[in-house]
Amino acid sequence: MKITKKDVEHVAMLARLYLDEEEKAKYTRQLNSILDYMEKLNQLDTEKVEPTSHVLPIKNVFRKDRVEESLANEEVLANAPDKENGYFKVPKIIED
Amino acid sequence: MDYEVIIGLEVHAELLTDSKIFCCCTTEFGGAPNTHCCPVCLGLPGVLPVTNEKVIELGVKAALALNCEISPYSKFDRKNYFYPDLPKAYQISQYDLPLARNGYLEIEVDGKTKKIGITRVHLEEDAGKLVHSETGSYSLVDYNRTGVPLIEIVTEPDLRSPAEAKIFLEKLKSILQYAEVSDCKMQEGSLRCDANVSIRPMGSKEFGTKTELKNMNSFKAVQKGLEYEVKRQKKLLERGKKIIQETRRWDENSNKTYTMRSKEEAHDYRYFPEPDLPPIVLEKGYIEEIRKTLPEMPYDRKKRYIEEYGLPEYDAGVITSSKALADFFEECVKEYVDAKTVSNWVMGELLGTLNAMDKEIDEIPLTPKHLADMLKLMDKGTISGKIAKKVFKEMMETGRTPDEIVEEKGLKQIADEGELSKIVDKVIADNPKSVEDYRAGKKKAIGYLVGQVMKETRGKANPQLVNKLLREKLES
Amino acid sequence: MKLCELTAHELKDMLRKGETSSREITESVLDRIQEVEEKVKAYVTIDREGALKQADEIDEKLKQGEQLPPLAGIPIALKDNMCTKGLKTTCSSKILENFVPPYDATVVAKLKENGAVIIGKTNMDEFAMGSSTENSAFFNTANPWDLTTVPGGSSGGSAAAVAADEAVMALGSDTGGSIRQPAALCGVVGLKPTYGFVSRYGLIAFASSLDQIGPITRDVTDCALLMNVICGHDPRDSTSADVKVPDFTRFLRNDVKGLRIGIPKEYFPEGINPEVEKAVINAGKLLEELGAEIIEISLPHTDYALADYYIIAPAEASSNLARYDGIQYGYRSQDYDDLIDLYKKTRSEGFGPEVKRRIMLGTYALSSGYYDAYYLKALKVRTLVKQDFDRAFEKVDCIISPTSPTPAFKMGEKVDDPLAMYLSDVFTLPVNMAGIAGISIPCGFSKEGLPIGLQVIGKPFDEGTIIQVAYTFEQNTDFHKRKPEL
Repeated sequence: MKITKKDVEHVAMLARLYLDEEEKAKYTRQLNSILDYMEKLNQLDTEKVEPTSHVLPIKNVFRKDRVEESLANEEVLANAPDKENGYFKVPKIIED
Repeated sequence: MDYEVIIGLEVHAELLTDSKIFCCCTTEFGGAPNTHCCPVCLGLPGVLPVTNEKVIELGVKAALALNCEISPYSKFDRKNYFYPDLPKAYQISQYDLPLARNGYLEIEVDGKTKKIGITRVHLEEDAGKLVHSETGSYSLVDYNRTGVPLIEIVTEPDLRSPAEAKIFLEKLKSILQYAEVSDCKMQEGSLRCDANVSIRPMGSKEFGTKTELKNMNSFKAVQKGLEYEVKRQKKLLERGKKIIQETRRWDENSNKTYTMRSKEEAHDYRYFPEPDLPPIVLEKGYIEEIRKTLPEMPYDRKKRYIEEYGLPEYDAGVITSSKALADFFEECVKEYVDAKTVSNWVMGELLGTLNAMDKEIDEIPLTPKHLADMLKLMDKGTISGKIAKKVFKEMMETGRTPDEIVEEKGLKQIADEGELSKIVDKVIADNPKSVEDYRAGKKKAIGYLVGQVMKETRGKANPQLVNKLLREKLES
Repeated sequence: MKLCELTAHELKDMLRKGETSSREITESVLDRIQEVEEKVKAYVTIDREGALKQADEIDEKLKQGEQLPPLAGIPIALKDNMCTKGLKTTCSSKILENFVPPYDATVVAKLKENGAVIIGKTNMDEFAMGSSTENSAFFNTANPWDLTTVPGGSSGGSAAAVAADEAVMALGSDTGGSIRQPAALCGVVGLKPTYGFVSRYGLIAFASSLDQIGPITRDVTDCALLMNVICGHDPRDSTSADVKVPDFTRFLRNDVKGLRIGIPKEYFPEGINPEVEKAVINAGKLLEELGAEIIEISLPHTDYALADYYIIAPAEASSNLARYDGIQYGYRSQDYDDLIDLYKKTRSEGFGPEVKRRIMLGTYALSSGYYDAYYLKALKVRTLVKQDFDRAFEKVDCIISPTSPTPAFKMGEKVDDPLAMYLSDVFTLPVNMAGIAGISIPCGFSKEGLPIGLQVIGKPFDEGTIIQVAYTFEQNTDFHKRKPEL
């Protein structure tokens, strides 16, 4: 699999990153060399192997349905880059 | 050409828990903005989710009520996308191994029973709420809703008309309310619906290109939105144009749908298993325990009302369509045995007034005992049927007892023969023309005289007694 | 000897005997910071006031004759990816430069309950991505043994602080070797516990299925003492294991008789640094002399683990780091046209090149059409890597290997070659993939006088055994007693 500049642009869009031309070229090159290296995984036959997404055999970790105190509004907004009347303030939303 | 309409729905229902799905903040509706939040539901750096056991329980209960197979093994996944109402920039949801699959729901269409397939039921967290500034130059975010537990119910493309879609939703709502898994209040967003719709020439086996409809805030809007979309698609095909696969937004004000995004712009959600949450493994025993807690479903309740209370099928159907209404009816019948009378009042005055008020039974202060007490007052002759309607209205508005209302407003029926006799005498004396007519054989004239007595007593006279007295006096 | 140069257990005994006070110890550490921090640059934030206040409170309690936990009054440094209520937590990233958490990580709460004195927050590779601490958005940290070399990473600040006596002990986090590799390069002890043994609540996530917090200390005894404080089930972390925590000091026994110790042949590839190879082989010989049985073993999928790790870790990271979008906290770009522009500019300006590279890589591996080829494949290979260890542990009680293929390398040497940098973790990351435990202890010095680390790998939740082996080795060698000259 060869990554093109177009792929890099698409992935950057999905990841919400702005890349300049130089960065695009650099990431295209570097991602290709890393992914080339990843190719070695295809030497392994994993058809009958179960994937491991949790390394510990834990299941059904639940808590009781109990309400605890929430943060005060000032604490919620303490790190906000922009706020108004107890809300987080963001640029206007067009879509959705 | 005739077209067949194909509709599938995706319904989100809020589960009735006290706390959120992955943290201990309250799920209470409303509240000042950003006051039902903690580091976990705000997705602050470093926090981790812990699943509320009640969410699993209610999810399983809902799925059982929808005749689903519960997955012995399911898991949470991350659905990744950027949006200001999504604090972690991913939603914890379920992707390839949902909580339950392969269910169905039976609905009545044109007197026939139809099975609508339920593809899957899965668990997920709700997002926050966006408020748009008046000038429209910026938006505001409130995370109180973030992390409220939801089930998403996805149907098979089994619905064949917008009207059917509405019937399905009404039935689904009633089932979820019966199972006590959701209060399904659309105005509070605890029930939401998206729809996929396509059309194909009658007899064709291939599906047409579908569009997805969003932003329909009531069942009526779902029906209207779908009707518009079907018409739009037909027009396109008739003009030889193609339907584009896209997401469209229903606009309540213009009664139209508008493009939101095309297939090309569709999100790439990059689902992957949530590493912070271990899998959910449900044993048969656990599922059966929950099955036992399922209350009587509407269909069974309807059957029982017909058999046990002797209600006509129609009455039983209307009353059991809403769990709250059926509960009200049943409580009332415990106090007042004549079920048909109770049914008449519930279906007549009660539903009529509720519709006019645009309210649900649990939003008014009226209690079943008040209705029963009022019916008893009627039987005793303390109030007439006409007065009862006044009393009932007052009870619905204020929640006061019928005795209080009758007492305070002096609505007690005049059933004292001596007292009424005087009034009858006066009416006879004041209306010689009518008296003459009656005596000349025009028996209908008595109606006018009864009316005059009622007028004198402001409706409080016992009508049977008035009739009897008038007849006696006129014929003597 | 100055107080700041002593171990925690020595200071603990002195405190109990009334030979010193927590204030004296803390001031000694703060003075040392004053003296050498300009050269080492281990800290992002130093909480002088908070530390002295806590020290005084401990002294007051000691004066009242209160029985205090072992680490009460001992100064500790925290890697700057553990949330501290009211104290800036930056992950050495511009995007969190001014972030002040409203809550304490579970480990921080535990340290506070145990009376530890938190000195400050240490420098790291941005979001723990790196092996040299050169990816910090703020500044490089130097290796105290040679200021022109890197301290390793990503917990480079914590390891350097302990090595330079700027803290008595520290906590780091380890996703692919980020505790053990800097510990090796700085000549100190670093332990990555079994996944699930220490709560991750409040640890700013890099790769959730691999991350684990652990101690960085001057000797194995301190390591055991710190493990006693930080391990244990946490209801706030669903992946936290509900297992009994032993008293790890019970394993401080100078005895390896009858223990079966494996040496994996794949961990000595061709071209391995000969000094590292020799130091580790000698360590094996010493343990054999002390009564252990040395058995050659094979971990056949070692060669695939690195490629596998660099799919899984970036994929999880791409999702974990999506929340830094300028909406709720952290950096927001000053100048943007609309929402999408705000996201893109905030994230492009806020993240450094390595973080962006891994976000790109991880996003690609998860994106539509590539999930099965990359991510799912990687999860399956992870199973194979884990099975290698399962099989090995049927034959041996623990495994020894080099911690890092080389001693500390020069600053700047690998900055432009991501793959070469990634190779620094080749012997440590399989341990994270398998979710098991590993400790690094000093086992020698290169001819340039740079420390070399020995890794001891143990079965899940069997930290006791690797602590025992490490302690025995330490008791029979002097490497841990050497100090860098600054």
